[in-house]
Amino acid sequence: MHKATATLLAGLLALSGCTASAERTLTVFAAASLTEVFSTLEQRFEADHPDVDVRLHFAGSSRLAQQLAEGASADVFASADAEVMRDVASAGLLAAEPEPFATNTLTIAVEPGNPLGIGGLAGLAREDVTAVVCQPQVPCGDAARELVAGHDVEPRFASEEPDVKAVLAKVRVGEADAGLVYVTDALAEAGAVDAVKIDGAEGVVNTYPIATLADAPALAAEFQRFVLGAGSGVLRDAGFGAP
Amino acid sequence: MTSDRLTPAGRVPSVLWLPAALALALVTLPIAGLLLRTDFARLPTLLTSDASLHALRLSLLTAALSTVLCVVLGVPLAVVLARSTFPFVRVVRAVVLLPLVLPPVVGGFALLYSLGRNGYIGYVLDVTAGIQVPFTTAAVVIAQTFVAMPFLVVSVEGALRATGEDYERVAATLGARPTTVFTRVTCPLLLPALASGVVLSFARALGEFGATITFAGSLQGVTRTLPLEVYAQADADVDSAVALSLLLIVIAVVVIVVARPRSVEGVRA
Repeated sequence: MHKATATLLAGLLALSGCTASAERTLTVFAAASLTEVFSTLEQRFEADHPDVDVRLHFAGSSRLAQQLAEGASADVFASADAEVMRDVASAGLLAAEPEPFATNTLTIAVEPGNPLGIGGLAGLAREDVTAVVCQPQVPCGDAARELVAGHDVEPRFASEEPDVKAVLAKVRVGEADAGLVYVTDALAEAGAVDAVKIDGAEGVVNTYPIATLADAPALAAEFQRFVLGAGSGVLRDAGFGAP
Repeated sequence: MTSDRLTPAGRVPSVLWLPAALALALVTLPIAGLLLRTDFARLPTLLTSDASLHALRLSLLTAALSTVLCVVLGVPLAVVLARSTFPFVRVVRAVVLLPLVLPPVVGGFALLYSLGRNGYIGYVLDVTAGIQVPFTTAAVVIAQTFVAMPFLVVSVEGALRATGEDYERVAATLGARPTTVFTRVTCPLLLPALASGVVLSFARALGEFGATITFAGSLQGVTRTLPLEVYAQADADVDSAVALSLLLIVIAVVVIVVARPRSVEGVRA
């Protein structure tokens, strides 16, 4: 789907005569939870490489993996968990072994000030609390399921959203009282939502791997090194853990 | 065939053949792509999974309810638009047709900020009656009715305007009351257009995605209709997503076959 769009756009650009640019482009597929931090990294990388145009494509990691499997063309893939990356690797789509670059844990995003006094996972089981979560097909939903399974509570979720940003959006607009999101998502939206700590959340850690795809230019490996090196400070500032 | 409509001499200008073939290819080739990707051996298993059956049941139920709402609310609206002469009728008609042109996700936001918990209607409902619309099956039905009703209104109103008011006027001069005229004269005249409108609304409701996921959320058995299930499965189990897509295509084909030729005539009228 993405490839078709890209081809169509390329075709339209060619038709309109906009092909003269000598810029190198680098297409990066990244997990939805990396939206803010990779947008910052994009600017830094482009500042260091004025001739490079980094194109970011964010979605749930599983969706990105499916798009890659269906032939979408990307140079770098950053996933929100190792399992999704393993699927991509076993399909023979990677140029090299993936490297972990960050970790993340879950928290509960609530309305600022936590007016309902939601405390921990037990709060999500309350009758008067509307809670949302990621669908189990994506890493944040998978992690949420694992976290809930480790506790003796049965949260009632009103909706299973396609990715973590959709969960956050439902809390931000006030449709949901609480949403299970990554610590980093709540931090990125500090002010719009508050984070309620979950006891034992550190027991379910998502490790984010990054890899270059087969046939990617050398620039892809350079971007990966940048994320692992100079970019790690940006990641820590955003609340990601060190792998 | 009705191609004689185009050229009374019975011959289609040759210059039209190539673009016509391309248009046909644009519709058929993607469907063929989906068929080629389908895992037919596993089709029965994929379609009878718990999630698929829940989605199918919910989709049929909500689309049927939405279609009933479209008829109950849309027919009177169409009659008012076609027959009344108040000054702003053209403006009202444009407003009613808005969901037809609007991206469904925008419709979803509009519903969210009116019927959502912080929307001006939703807030009143919540405070006075304790009713919360989002994340319920009712929200799905409302979203589907929102996007589907214009199809019914267009169909019925078009037919009303095409048939004119002569029969109704005659009935009225013979002493029939307005309600009698409506039930005995207007309604029978409307039946073909109503049938096509019903089929089109049902199909539109069945395919609704954007407004539903924005306004109603996505939960198995409650709000996750077939299109939402396809979207959810596309993340993890593409074979399931493809199988469900095929099911939606089969339903669409059945709808078209059942509706023909009335729906086509209804749209033209």
